[in-house]
Amino acid sequence: MGVATMDANNSSDTDKARREYLVFALGKEEYGIDILKVQEIRGYDAVTRLAKSPSFIKGVINLRGHIVPIVDMRIKFDVGNVIYNDFTVVIILNVLNRTVGMVVDGVSDVIELSGDDIRPAPEFGAVMNTNYIQGLGVVGERMIIMVDIEKLMSSDEMALMDAAVAANV
Amino acid sequence: MTFDMSQFHQVFFDETAEHLVNMESLLLAINVQQPESEDLNAIFRAAHSIKGGAATFGFSDLAELTHVLENLLDKVRKNELPLSRDIVDASLLSGDLLKEMLAFHRGDEPVDEARIAVLKQKLEQLSVPGAVAVPSPQVAQPAAAVPGRLHIEIYPPVAMAVDELWQRLAALGSLQIMQALDEQADPVIPALALLSTESPCDDVVEMLAFLLPPESFKVVDDVTLEDDGVGFFSLPVMAPSGDIAFEEDGFGLFAPLPASTASHNADIAFEEDGFGLFAPLPVAPASGKPDVAFEEDGFGLFEPLATAPAVAPAPSAPMPVKEVVRPEVRAATAVAPGAGENSIRVSTDKVDLLLNLVGELVITQSMLMQYGSALDSVEHENLLNSISLLQRNSRELQEAVMSIRMMPIAFVFNRFPRVVRDLAGKLDKQVELKMVGENTELDKGFIEKLSDPLTHLVRNSLDHGIESPEQRRAKGKKETGLLTLRAFHEGGSIVIEVTDDGAGLRRDKILSKARESGLPVSDTMSDTEVWALIFEPGFSTAAEVTDVSGRGVGMDVVRKNIVAMGGRIDISSMVDIGTTMTIRLPLTLAIMDGMSIKIADETYVLPLNYILESLQPKPSEIKTIAGRGQVVSVRGEYLPIISVAEYFTIDAPPTQPDKSILIIVESSSQKVALMVDELLGQQQFVVKNLEANYRKVEGLSGATIMGDGRVALILDVAAIVRMNLQKAHGELLTAQLH
Repeated sequence: MGVATMDANNSSDTDKARREYLVFALGKEEYGIDILKVQEIRGYDAVTRLAKSPSFIKGVINLRGHIVPIVDMRIKFDVGNVIYNDFTVVIILNVLNRTVGMVVDGVSDVIELSGDDIRPAPEFGAVMNTNYIQGLGVVGERMIIMVDIEKLMSSDEMALMDAAVAANV
Repeated sequence: MTFDMSQFHQVFFDETAEHLVNMESLLLAINVQQPESEDLNAIFRAAHSIKGGAATFGFSDLAELTHVLENLLDKVRKNELPLSRDIVDASLLSGDLLKEMLAFHRGDEPVDEARIAVLKQKLEQLSVPGAVAVPSPQVAQPAAAVPGRLHIEIYPPVAMAVDELWQRLAALGSLQIMQALDEQADPVIPALALLSTESPCDDVVEMLAFLLPPESFKVVDDVTLEDDGVGFFSLPVMAPSGDIAFEEDGFGLFAPLPASTASHNADIAFEEDGFGLFAPLPVAPASGKPDVAFEEDGFGLFEPLATAPAVAPAPSAPMPVKEVVRPEVRAATAVAPGAGENSIRVSTDKVDLLLNLVGELVITQSMLMQYGSALDSVEHENLLNSISLLQRNSRELQEAVMSIRMMPIAFVFNRFPRVVRDLAGKLDKQVELKMVGENTELDKGFIEKLSDPLTHLVRNSLDHGIESPEQRRAKGKKETGLLTLRAFHEGGSIVIEVTDDGAGLRRDKILSKARESGLPVSDTMSDTEVWALIFEPGFSTAAEVTDVSGRGVGMDVVRKNIVAMGGRIDISSMVDIGTTMTIRLPLTLAIMDGMSIKIADETYVLPLNYILESLQPKPSEIKTIAGRGQVVSVRGEYLPIISVAEYFTIDAPPTQPDKSILIIVESSSQKVALMVDELLGQQQFVVKNLEANYRKVEGLSGATIMGDGRVALILDVAAIVRMNLQKAHGELLTAQLH
């Protein structure tokens, strides 16, 4: 519930102000997330595998002394080409006072959108559940799926938090 | 001039707390039969200082209670009243209440008025026998309000008949002659009188000056003296010879100086230990100024200047005094020592952050070291030297930062003299408490968590361990039982022992009790296993339940608390010799001693405190039980083998137990053998939790960062053992169903 209300506020804010979004690719689709939630973008390092975790949770890394879990969105949403090489990109997110890294197919650019530029999302066949989709951002020819990354990362299906913690979010 | 007194409150709180602690430890240590007068004085002094401070800062509740206490203590130290256990008890209780009051002024719960009233009454009752020489507190308290109570001292030579002098004085108000002039005595005993009069002090002085030579009389305004007058003007009565300047410890006394010395030299006597102490203020007699009086330890009591813990003369008093400092100056210097022994309070978050950063630095440094080792040592000599310098510096930095979190265990131990004393009294036992290694340092996080389990163990030892004096006599032991608290470092852990020389644990009793409670026991169990039974929930061997212990809640909680701190507790005991409870804790919460192990390509860390031994089994020692997995025989004991690879579903070709290494671990008295591929080595690890950014993972208690910067996971041995047990039970259940 808390998240939903926050969204409403956010979207009313964005009506006037222009915000910046980081665009990343996952399969053939482009997704945008609030750039303020992004801490950094880095390459894919060796992760330490966590037993008894879903397959899309690759494990944990040492991010300057913090133990940070890495999720591979390509595995989670079953898209793209799951290989790990020097070009594999990890977006380190700062959501809900936690740090999480997510592996995507690539990061393209940062775009600036105002609230008007974001259209409500129709029911469509994106790989992501529409619950986590705020709308569609239109930039020229491109159509970018705007993701509520906090909602996604705290969801049960990502299994990134203990149920008790997630419930308090 | 108005002072913001509240700026000194913290100093007062700190000092009072110190005095209270001091008083308590003295009271606990004192020999009731033959108290050292030094100690009695010190106790009195503590109470007195508290009162002085409290009155100065306007904490009247503290001042009132201490006042009553002080009266009692004063009589004791003057041998007017024999010291008794009751007095010690009441004084300790006063200390407790004062602490609570102090807490209240610091923003805590208010103290129950009724308790204070009861205690005051008790203290007053105790001080009744022998209460002759001392003015009663009721009179003394408002003494300041009585208009013009003047103390007059007359020294020879007296030009006129003393009687006539008295008459003239009596005309001014009610005169009470406390001591007659005795010119024959050597040294001369001055005449002393107490005049209650409406006339201002100056008038009296003028009148006397008219009749007598200036050096032969002295008038002191009572108002300015210590507000209760205890111990001041009773002195001449006690010491008629008149030559006693001070008491042994030299404080709080305005000695009526003999004429010879009473002339113009304003004597100031200082206590040996530096408390300013003021001789009778024989200021230029004619000045007749209400002279200021000083408390002995620095809380100035006199009205307008009362803010500073000051010892200072009224500005007009022309005293040729050394060591008198202006109040402002004193105030400044007084704040510094009171502010807490040159320490600063820092939140533990900040310290932890520092610790984290230093941990990072150490890892970065070891990476540098690794890269450096690949370089040519001649060509890059300077760089390599710098790296090794960096290594030394960062290690030292790490140690220094770690030491911030360390505190001496005395913080926990210090409460026990009191606990033991109270309990021993309640149980009618004689117990001597010995504490060894109070300065052993351990993580601050443990200090708070240790106190409950330790208290429980001490209570247990007193209640169940140490016998009553009669029983001890019958057994041929000393009547006084000995309870020892000992702390020391051993390897990477801190060991705390609670040892009593009591009855010891009774094997048969524990076993029969265990059977009653339906625990699976057998007569062939080893002693250690039997002793471990008392940690089972709901287990108590006390014949009867006392309000001290024996309700059967506790030992299991004790063990749970200790284990939660990453430690463990062991018992060794011998009938009639005694029992030792040994607690082992890691040095700090943030650092853990562990064994790094390798399974396939993955590195895990096993906390060292669970590990009993590791071995490479012979094929003949491995037995397979159908449907139940494999067991290994270790010196006749069959232990289930848990494959860590299997447990963590690591993709690796299944290994045979006889090709790998078995680590025998123990948790909750259950031993299992963990099968791993390789032992990498033992070292200390900085523990990080997984939940900060992720969630709890079954079988893991946290993570750590290895020297190469990679994350290694720490195995939760307790959980693994528990799950194995559940699995075994589950299989047993399914087997029975089929």
